[in-house]
Amino acid sequence: MDEHLQPVVDALQARFGVAVHEYAGEVSLTVKADQIVEVCQSLRDDHAFEMLIDETAVDYYPEMEPRFHVIYQVYSMSKNIILCLRVPVDGTNPHLPTIETVWAGANWYEREVFDMFGILYDGHSDMRRIVMPADWQGHPLRKDYPLGYEEVQFTFNYEDVQRRKPHPKE
Amino acid sequence: MSDIVAFRDVKVEELKHLLSPRALTGETMLLNMGPQHPSTHGVLRLLLELDGEIVVNCIPDIGFLHTGVEKNMESKLFQQAEVMVDRLDYLNPLGNNLTYCLAVEKLVGLDVPERAQTLRVLLSELTRINSHLVWIGTSGLDLAAMSVFLYAMREREMILDIFEMISGQRMMTTYIRPGGVWRDVPAEFEPAVREFIRIFPARLKEYESMLTNNALFLERTQGIGVISKEDCIRYSLTGPVLRGSGMAYDLRKARPYSGYEQYNFDVPTETAGDVYARYLVRVEEMRQSLRIVEQALDKMPTGPIRSNNRKFIPPPRSELGVSMEALIHHFKLWTEGYPAPKEGVYAATESPRGELGVYLEGDGGPKPYRVHLRTPSFISLQAMPLLTKGHFVADVVGIIGSIDIVLGDADR
Repeated sequence: MDEHLQPVVDALQARFGVAVHEYAGEVSLTVKADQIVEVCQSLRDDHAFEMLIDETAVDYYPEMEPRFHVIYQVYSMSKNIILCLRVPVDGTNPHLPTIETVWAGANWYEREVFDMFGILYDGHSDMRRIVMPADWQGHPLRKDYPLGYEEVQFTFNYEDVQRRKPHPKE
Repeated sequence: MSDIVAFRDVKVEELKHLLSPRALTGETMLLNMGPQHPSTHGVLRLLLELDGEIVVNCIPDIGFLHTGVEKNMESKLFQQAEVMVDRLDYLNPLGNNLTYCLAVEKLVGLDVPERAQTLRVLLSELTRINSHLVWIGTSGLDLAAMSVFLYAMREREMILDIFEMISGQRMMTTYIRPGGVWRDVPAEFEPAVREFIRIFPARLKEYESMLTNNALFLERTQGIGVISKEDCIRYSLTGPVLRGSGMAYDLRKARPYSGYEQYNFDVPTETAGDVYARYLVRVEEMRQSLRIVEQALDKMPTGPIRSNNRKFIPPPRSELGVSMEALIHHFKLWTEGYPAPKEGVYAATESPRGELGVYLEGDGGPKPYRVHLRTPSFISLQAMPLLTKGHFVADVVGIIGSIDIVLGDADR
């Protein structure tokens, strides 16, 4: 582990009891959902992690419980270290506190996670879909959402296929 | 057809929390800019709240080019999924390939030979120049400087010819592959790049003579779309936008990949943080990229262009007739692919637009379990409200040009 990263991990482990995992030189911490805002705040204020590089989610349905992991990549410019945070989120009524108050840039990342996985962020200032149409049904990146294809329309079945096609609602 | 559904109207009510109270009384005007607009560089829709000609609020609406790339990649083998990343940011295809390959190599633990590393650096710098040439052309065009576009496209053509020479494709190259590159460059490659290095500095001066001191251009760019260093960091902005605000942050220096630490180049910065500062940064970046290209070409080592790890890299065709193992590996790799461990990795490169990251997760099988693309255009667009507030509608055009977005990159 990087010499600058070790004290940060130790401090977080002592204060929040996070689990540490290391692979290919990358360190990831598993954080509880109700602690994430505090952990982020502590990372930004006490450990000089100025920037949120990435926030996304992974769906482990049906193998794992809880089914979602929300993944944050935070970066300290001054120490040049990167840290990965993992937050398990339950699949029934998935929701998580927003970290928009810590890094303003989280706004769109969280909208994307909501759009693609249906994880709601409590306290988010603008919880709308971002890339899918506003009235879309379902959340495409969930593992139980089919990849989908378009049925070919011929003259004899044009009407049938047209009727079955998923359409945005009026 | 009678049951074709009309485009859904967006009600002001839904966006109330983003608009000023004056919008609801009708005191300010709401204007849709896009999705079809020549200066939005693709299908971007901006909902502008205007007080006369001044922008009060700007709400970007993206997703018109969303094609589900991340979902699609989950259903393909690691080597098949790579073709999807070319098509995200079509001005930076080799840079996208490189980022994806770095992630795959990190996940499975694959080595890359020296010659391939050098070729990767050389090509991603040529791609950077290619992307910046399109940017200088189109953002000049947006501000009514027509001629620079025509000249920039002329030089871009030379780069695209080089790409075609090495990969057979002008844009969607998929030339960089996990473990190295697709095949070695032909003999004509070096003279073609040398020719480009010879003529490009003079051409760059030509563009500069058309824009850098042009009074009309200065009027349209200085003091427009100012963003501070702190705001850039708060909004995760990287690349030329961050450097234009005075922060010398470049991934090629901060977290070098593919051997960037062996090259001499400077990271240009400006302090003003406006459209003009970002222009200056990008022009200087082209010069620095050319330096890297020249150094890479001079030191180009000989040797293999692909890793020799047969568990991930198919053997050369010549071995298939003489070696049973080669035949087995060839068959296994092209039918089944290679498994990746149940882990997640994040790899990032400095794309022409900022930090391009790939979060890749394997599940023990030959397909990516999850790919997330952290694309710089998506992040830059988020700052549009901040950049445009208080400026004229006409300046919105210049600001979009200055953050250099590619909508395929933003929507994925």
